[in-house]
Order: sequence, then structure tokens, then C-alpha cells
Amino acid sequence: MEKGNQVAQIRRATAPPGEARPAACWSCQGPVAGTEPFCPTCTAVQPPAPVDHFIRLGLAVEFDVDETVLDRRYFDLQRQLHPDRFATRTPRERTLSQQQAVALNDAYETLKDPLRRADYLVHLKGSGVLPEGCHLVNDTALLTESMELREALADADTVEQVDGLERRARQDIADCIEQISVLFGDGDLEGACRLTTRLKYLRKLAEETRVRRAQIGPGV
Amino acid sequence: MAEPMLQIHEPGETPIPHAGTETAAVGIDLGTTNSVVAIRGDGHTEVLRDGDGRSLVPSVVAYAADGSAVVGELARRLLLDRPDAVVTSVKRLMGRGVEDVKSLAGTLPFEVEPAADGGMVRLKVAGHSLTPVEISAEILKALKERAEDHLGRTVDRAVVTVPAYFDDAARTATKDAARLAGLDVLRLVNEPTAAALAYGLDEGAEGLYVVYDLGGGTFDISLLRMEKGVFQVLATGGDSALGGDDFDHAVAEHFLAERAASLGESSLSSAEVKMALMSARLAKECLTKQDAGEWSLDADGTQTMHRLDRATLEALIAPLVERTVKLCDGVLEDAGVTAADVKGVVLVGGSTRVPLVRRRVAEVFGQEPLSGINPDEVVADGAALQAEALTRGSDTLLLDVTPLSLGIETMGGLVEKIIPRNTPVPVAKAQEFTTFQDGQTAMSIHVLQGERELADQCRSLAHFELHGIPAMTAGAARIRVAFAVDADGLLTVSAHEDTTGIEQHVAVKPSYGLTEDEMSTMLYDSMKHAAEDMARRLITESRVEAERALGAVAAAVAADGDLLEADERARIGDAMTAVRSAAAGDDRDAIDAAVMSLEEITRPFAERRMDRGVRRALAGHRVEEFDGGPDQDADRGQE
Ligand SMILES: [Zn+2]
Repeated sequence: MEKGNQVAQIRRATAPPGEARPAACWSCQGPVAGTEPFCPTCTAVQPPAPVDHFIRLGLAVEFDVDETVLDRRYFDLQRQLHPDRFATRTPRERTLSQQQAVALNDAYETLKDPLRRADYLVHLKGSGVLPEGCHLVNDTALLTESMELREALADADTVEQVDGLERRARQDIADCIEQISVLFGDGDLEGACRLTTRLKYLRKLAEETRVRRAQIGPGV
Repeated sequence: MAEPMLQIHEPGETPIPHAGTETAAVGIDLGTTNSVVAIRGDGHTEVLRDGDGRSLVPSVVAYAADGSAVVGELARRLLLDRPDAVVTSVKRLMGRGVEDVKSLAGTLPFEVEPAADGGMVRLKVAGHSLTPVEISAEILKALKERAEDHLGRTVDRAVVTVPAYFDDAARTATKDAARLAGLDVLRLVNEPTAAALAYGLDEGAEGLYVVYDLGGGTFDISLLRMEKGVFQVLATGGDSALGGDDFDHAVAEHFLAERAASLGESSLSSAEVKMALMSARLAKECLTKQDAGEWSLDADGTQTMHRLDRATLEALIAPLVERTVKLCDGVLEDAGVTAADVKGVVLVGGSTRVPLVRRRVAEVFGQEPLSGINPDEVVADGAALQAEALTRGSDTLLLDVTPLSLGIETMGGLVEKIIPRNTPVPVAKAQEFTTFQDGQTAMSIHVLQGERELADQCRSLAHFELHGIPAMTAGAARIRVAFAVDADGLLTVSAHEDTTGIEQHVAVKPSYGLTEDEMSTMLYDSMKHAAEDMARRLITESRVEAERALGAVAAAVAADGDLLEADERARIGDAMTAVRSAAAGDDRDAIDAAVMSLEEITRPFAERRMDRGVRRALAGHRVEEFDGGPDQDADRGQE
């Protein structure tokens, strides 16, 4: 029941009832449905619609995203909307195409990366359920884990040791993403939120292994 | 849009000349050492050559006492006779401030004017004080002329390439130089991306590719995914002050050290330094083919001879080559791929002819680099392809990224990154900041570019101040700083205070750039036809707008013509004819007026179309609701 309610909330947030009323095309003044990037009559490019990233790229609102499909949608839309298509058009069209391309890049960058996707989805689905977002998770196990790993990294003084820690972090990241997917599938937003925070720590750690390796010096 | 327009033409009427048919658009590789111009036509790229078949125009400008300039081979020949009047490698100074140049002191073969007030560098050449923008504009003018001579018509638009690693100031300077040369920049394209475009389209490359671009003064490395007409840059890196010039420099220093060992230390004039660099360059070039040779150095009236073999040359330049290797590793790491994932390596830039460079690149990527297209011409080839795509349309998609992180300075001299490097462009991002003192009414915003954590280690792009923040307790004001990077990689920053709505907007054109005033003075000084040029541009804009308006009305009439009474239809037809005949003339105001009156006349028609659209949408909505897919059922069930 709880899960169903959340889904309904998203529908309301992303597809308001007023959307059925078309907007006027800035160029030919004719009607354009709210989410259309182009006027169906005169083909002029329209401002980006205020929709979530999933809808913008024509994807279902869920954590599991097929990367090939994501790429294809993104490329198809950029092919039509990128500023390169409007280089010789009016200033207004150039501006609108830039806004469309910005919105597409934002959606693509967010959904392509599992961490940003999870974070975004938690906020999208959980705005009513988790008012504080994912930032105030008081998870001692997580804090301990991250402190231990960080200490191990500070103590590592050979490239091999750093490599080992990085391999472990990468494996943990892959496992964590898999678990997040299961939790979203089960509608367990709080669980997904907790693991998203863990994923953030793990990512940071993997990033720091790179810095540490550079500090230790050459040898690659 | 073109088709409905045709339907509405009356017999015998001529369509408006399209804004792209009467002038040509070229691709320009504006290099540190050499520049190339190319044009695309009939399905192939033509690199434009001089009478002797040379495509490379040396990026060398010689000035006469009266300020007139000579560019290219001729200027290069004057280098020995009148070194004080000749400028080389000016690209290294694009967007550079006086401070930057100090750090390059001694490595640059020109005399920099001591400027008191920061700002853009000025060079002393043949008694004139010139900015790098003006000098680059001369090179661009020469390329424009070469293209115009070749094509027999005006060339006023170009795609100009820049190193991927060029920062905002250098990009802006390049665009300004093109404007001074009378060229409208359709797009700034990153050099490695242009090269990839040429390879992908001419050679059908698909998969993950690395472009290793080592020019005279810059090094760029880009990793791209290429497939079915999509060129997606995944990561890019480089060093905008590392190139073949540095190889020359290492060799020249070696020669000068040998000379000092036998003759004792002596200080050299800038002319003598230039000559030493020329000998060094000659040595480097010879040693790509032969194993050893001997070169002479003339200074202070004494000649010394210097023997150099390839092994010694390689030892001299190895540290520089290793710097490029490190940058390659960094880019692969950024993208999360390994050398084994890379399907091909494209070499770009004359400095990739150096055998050590080729050998190291082959070792790093475990494969021989591709060499299907001349590395000196491949960038111009790609630029011409992109110029064609932008003016005549194409299915190719070029998705590039920001090479460097952008951010602002926060408390304690730290940098808060707003747009991280390798973010696809165009991009817009905003971040909120607040005041840190009670009653603070102004906020200084310092825009930075670079990867370091401390503000003074990053490149300063602009300073501006937001005034009029209402006095509140520390932390209460909400200041939104928004960054936007367009498809040329150029940044615009705006700041907005939420409670009062005050807003400030700056195109970042600052610390080391030219002001609009300086720019217009230059345009006025340097171009006799600046006014005509501007007028032509404005009329083109009005024609494009007229074309848009005609297309829109034609499409509306085709779609909803049944809403028109005969007399209204006739009036609209007349108004369209008026727009077309105005657009055929040269009176910009007349075109704008005709377009306005067309929009006025069609307003009632537009309102009727909107009414119909709304009715249809509501009807459609009802149908959907009763249709009741499983989703809708679920939705209703929960409410
Ligand atoms: Zn329209």
C-alpha cells in the first residue's frame, strides 16, 4: 500500500492534470502539447518541458536502466535538439535548442551514473516519505566501515596495497549497486537511501585510492 | 519547414535567398606553428593550397613600419632578416595575462611590453604595440583570403578549432580574433574532436578512440566513443603550454650550453635566441629521418658547430614526452577504461612525427597509431566537415565536454566546483551561497577554472560583485550563482539574490580578455568596411527571421486553413508576399516591419487555432481516461 501511494505521488508531480492543456507555439502561435520538443505544425523548437529526467528520456521511472537504451534515447534526442542543428537559425531558436540540450545533458548525466541515479530517484520518490533526504542517516556500521577503510588507505605505502584497496572498493561498489536495485524493486526507499549513502562513501574512497597512488609515486 | 513554404509560393515568385547560399563557410585549424584552411563540397574535403601546393600556412606574421602585415611563408623568410618585426607562436599567448607570460619568460621568442595594469599581454613588434588577438586576426585574414581567392566568393563564416584544453579566456580571444578578421565563428570545435570527426567519417572508425594531439605549443588528449555518426567525447586532458616548441627549446638550450662551455657565457639578443631556436628546430626535423647531423649557431659574430644524434635528441625531449604519457593515463582513468579498451589511436599535429613520440604512444596503447590522414591536415578536414554540417545540415552528432572544472572562490581561498571537468556541453548549473557576516550587503564573486583546491592555484577567469543584498544576519541571504557553458565551451555566469531578486549577469570576458570597447575600436581601426560588414550581418539576421515567420504561417495555413475565410486568407497571402519582397531588398527595417505586420494580421487566426487545439486536447484526454490502460486503473485505485 505504501509503495502504491508513492507511485501516485510521482504521477502527480511529473504529469500535472493541467498538462493536457496545450501551450501556444512561440513561432506559429498554434497549440503544442506540454512535453513536445517541436511544434507539430511549424516544427519550431519549443522550450524544454518541466518533466523529470526519466520522462525526458522516455524511460520508466525505476532504478534499473538499460544503458544501451539510455544512450540510444539520448543520442536520438540530441540529434534533433543539439545547438549544432540550429547554427544558422534565429537567435530564439538557438537559445531554445541550447536549453533543450542542457536539459538532455542533465538528464543523461544523472541517469547514466548509478550513484546519481539512486540519489535522484530517492528524492523523486521519497520527497514525502524521507523529508531529510539521504544525508542524515545515522548509521554507525557505515561510519565505522568508512573510517576503517580510510585508515587502511592512509597506512598503505606500496602501490600494491593501494591497488588491493581499490579492487576491494570497486567490488563493494558493484555489490552495493546490485543491492540498491533490489531495494528499489521492493519499494524499500529507506533501505535504498541508506545504501545510496554507503555508495557515496565507497565512491569517495575509490577516488582517494587514486590520489594515494599518485602520492606514493611512480611505479605504474 | 522548406516544403510548406514551396506550396505557398505563387508562380513566378522567387524564394528568399537562404542565408547560407551566397557565402561560403570554411574550416580553419589555427595552429601554433602552422594553420590550414579547408572547405567541404561534393562529398569530399578540399584542403586549400598555395601555388606551390603547400597546405600549411606558417602562423608567422611580419609587420612593416606602417603597420601592414604579411603572413605565412613570406613572413617566415623575414624572420632571419628582421626578427624584431616578426611574430611566431602567438597562439601561446591567446588569453594570457602579463603574469602568465612572466612565468614563460625566456621561452618566448618575442618582446613583451611591460603593462602596469594586468590585463592582456601586448607585444612590441616593429615599433607597434599589438595584442595576440590582433596578430591572430592577421593569420585568419590571410586564410580567409586564400579561401576567397580559391572559391571566387565571399567567405564570412568559419568553424575554427581550438585545443581542447584551451581555457575560457583563450577561447574568447580566438573568437575575438575571428571577428576582427571579418569571420563569423559558427562554432569553436576542439582540435582532437575535429580530428576524430575526420577519421570517423572519412575512415569509418567505430569504437573507443584516443586522439593524441601534439602541436607546436599545445598538447591535447581526448578519448571518444564513435559509432554510427555519434562522436561522444568521454574525457579530455592536456597541457596548453606543452608542444614541439618545447622540444626546440630543449635542443637550443643544449646547443647554447655547448657553446657556453667552449666560449664562455654570453647574453643573447632576442634575434639570436630566435636563430638558435631555428637551428634547433631544423635539427629536430632532420633527426626524424636521419640518425645524426651537425648544425651551426651564429651569435656575437662567432659561429659554433654542434653535432647531435637521435639518441641525444631523445634523451633531451624524453621528460616532455613522458609528461604527455602521464596525461594519457589520467584521461583513461577519468573515463574508467584501460589502454586495452582503446580500439585505435589517432595522431594529430606535426610533433607526432618525432619517432620517440610515435614509439611511446605505441607502447602505451599497445598498438601502432593510425596514420590514414595527414596529421597536419586532419584537424582542418574535421573543421570543414563541421562547417558543412552546421550550414547545410547533417546527421552527425558531436558531443563534447568541458576540459576543466569551473567554480568560484569560497571562504579561506578554497574553490567550490560548480561544473566538474568532462561534463557534456552545453551545460547549466547553479549553486547557492550565503553571506558570512551580519549585515553584509555585497558579495565578491571570483570565477575560477582548474582542478586544484586552492583558488590561487586555479586560473582566474573573472571577478565581479553583487551589490544591494539586504542587510541580514550571516547566512540568511540566498545567492544563487549560475554557470552556463555553451557549445563553444564559453562560459556565462550570473548571480541572483532570492529575497530581493537583484540580478547580475556577466559574459565572462574579463581578466585577460579585451573589453567590448577595445574590440569595437579595433574593429573600427582595422576594418575599412566594418560598418558594411555589420550591416550585412544584421540584414542576414532579419532575413533568417523573415524566413522563419513565413515558414510558420505557411505551416499554420496548411494545417488549419479551414479556419480561414477567403478574404482573411487573401490578406494573409498579401502580407506574406510583402515579407518576401521586403526580404529580397536590402532594407532591414522594411523586413522587420513586414514581419511584424504579418504576425499582427495572423493573430486572430492563431487564436482560433489555439481554441481548436485546446478542444482537441480535452477531447483526447477524456478518451484516454475512458480508454483506461492498466496504469490509469492503478492510479485511480489509490486515490
Ligand atoms: Zn508552431
